[in-house]
Amino acid sequence: MPLIQAQNISKNYRVGDQEVPALKGISFEIGEGAFAAFVGPSGSGKSTLLNLIGCLDHPSSGTLRVHGTDISTLSRSAAATFRGENLGFVFQDFNLVPVLSVYENIEYPLLMVRGWSQDKRREQVNKMIAAVGMTEQANKRPDQLSGGQKQRVAVARALVGEPKLVLADEPTANLDHDTAYKVLNLMKAMRNDFGTSFIFSTHDPKIMQEAEQIFTLEDGRLSAQGVAA
Amino acid sequence: MSSTLKLAMRNLLRYRRRTLLTALLITLGVVALLLFVAAAGSFKQTMVGSITDSMLGHLQIHRKGYTASMDNLPLTMSLQPKAVEKVEEFLKADPAVAAYSKRVKLGAMFSNFTENSSIRLNGVDAAAEDLAVPALRQRISEGDKTGPLVAPGKVLVPALLAKGMKVKLGDSVVLVATNASGSVNGKTFIVGGILEGITGPGGRDGYIDIKDARELLRMDKDEVMEVAVRLKNIDQLSAAQERLASALETIRNKEDKPATELHTWAELSPFANIVKMIDMMTFFIRIMLVAIVLVSVMNVMLMAVYERIREIGTLAAIGTQPRKLMAIFLSEGLLLGLAGAAVGVALSYAVVALLNLYPIVFNFGREQITLRPMLATVEVLGVLGLAVLVSGLASLQPAWRAARMDPIDALRHV
Repeated sequence: MPLIQAQNISKNYRVGDQEVPALKGISFEIGEGAFAAFVGPSGSGKSTLLNLIGCLDHPSSGTLRVHGTDISTLSRSAAATFRGENLGFVFQDFNLVPVLSVYENIEYPLLMVRGWSQDKRREQVNKMIAAVGMTEQANKRPDQLSGGQKQRVAVARALVGEPKLVLADEPTANLDHDTAYKVLNLMKAMRNDFGTSFIFSTHDPKIMQEAEQIFTLEDGRLSAQGVAA
Repeated sequence: MSSTLKLAMRNLLRYRRRTLLTALLITLGVVALLLFVAAAGSFKQTMVGSITDSMLGHLQIHRKGYTASMDNLPLTMSLQPKAVEKVEEFLKADPAVAAYSKRVKLGAMFSNFTENSSIRLNGVDAAAEDLAVPALRQRISEGDKTGPLVAPGKVLVPALLAKGMKVKLGDSVVLVATNASGSVNGKTFIVGGILEGITGPGGRDGYIDIKDARELLRMDKDEVMEVAVRLKNIDQLSAAQERLASALETIRNKEDKPATELHTWAELSPFANIVKMIDMMTFFIRIMLVAIVLVSVMNVMLMAVYERIREIGTLAAIGTQPRKLMAIFLSEGLLLGLAGAAVGVALSYAVVALLNLYPIVFNFGREQITLRPMLATVEVLGVLGLAVLVSGLASLQPAWRAARMDPIDALRHV
């Protein structure tokens, strides 16, 4: 069974009196262990699609199944539970909690969302901190880290709960070229190590080449999909 | 729970100056309220103590209708011996009653042999009066404070009258009274003490022995105008009043109507209205504290939510349940209120301790009042609870707003 099954999904936004379509009847499938990219120019619908897959929004029509669950109809609370148990997020601006240390930021989903015991948390957080190479910085606050380090922490936070899927919206947009590649390589390594699927959005042609599957969006439609060369 | 509180604490410390200012505002409100309550409580306690312990007693029993014409000291409205006997029986049986004193009250002419004045007198049994109003002897400014309160043949003269009539301790004076049947009688007394006056009815009365009073009035029966009652604990006032009132109901006159009336000190003293005013002012200061906490905490929490919209979106996106988000913001408000109030309580205790070391002394009428404020634990816990409760209420709306925030809108917020 594919990890993600999208059938004819559309998303419209109301702007004043008008309905503005953001996605127009998109269908696709993504399997487990994928390293896929949604690419396309600004306004093509990449972020909207990631938001739908991430249960942050509901499609206006169509069916969207993630890990076997039809997420189109989940309630607010059920969607939060689903996200907490199955998904991880990496944001363009890192979005770390500024009052928490590196360790605490990574620990947050296990503590506040999953409610794991302290011993179990400590073991898992230390494993993730080591995996992203941030052991030395474990007690630092986000404002003491570089952009690349922050994104490493964000990746660790997304992966710490061992989700099925990590969604990353323009994860390299605020990073320099070298750091962007390092973060992508880290994400790929994590996929290899933990078997977690990664879907990220980008409009950078060089970055999109790192993906193993590419879905090209144009004006809310899936114009092409294929395996990277 | 502890992790939510820890996160809330960190968030409060994120904006140290703002948190400090808000907490300080709450602290000042709590200090103002607690100090007012402590000082007003001390004033009330001193005044009520002075009125009840040195003059009125906690309760008074009279013949029905006596208090309405009390200013005239009517001689025809006394309790007859049979009624007095029954009253004493009830008082002895009541567990809350510590002591009581029978009084014969009369108006008389006071003469120093050169000039005359009028005087209100209480004829009392020295030992019983001492037990019923133990602080009366403390009002003796000149004279023996250790012997019997008032010996037969002696009179305790109010200070103002003594000064006006230029009489001193040991001087002879003549008291002339008209009795119930209209005949006049006079008797020579020795000034046995000078009494400082206090605020309230009877505060400037003189005292003689009850037998002297009866002799002066040519009473052939053991009539009594007033029975002053002291309770073991003033907190038992309402219960004792209720019990005694229902017992006294059984004493009937010839028309089979109640022959007696029972009043608390508050019903007899105008100071009770001052007490009510103080209580009302305390209530208004309490409302001000509520307003201070409500406005300041709500303002801070609304700002906190507004400034952290993206953070709220992030936490929601990674799976934080709305109720958990609400708990984080509620905890912040509660901690803010608790911190401000706790510091306020600590400061209040410190100021109260200082005021007990260096008490404030002032004159109230002719009385000198020394304020020794006390903070009752119940009051402190009440104020602390109020501040925390209002902080919680003030945080409710911002917390609800954070919990209901759409994650996508929040993440897009710039």
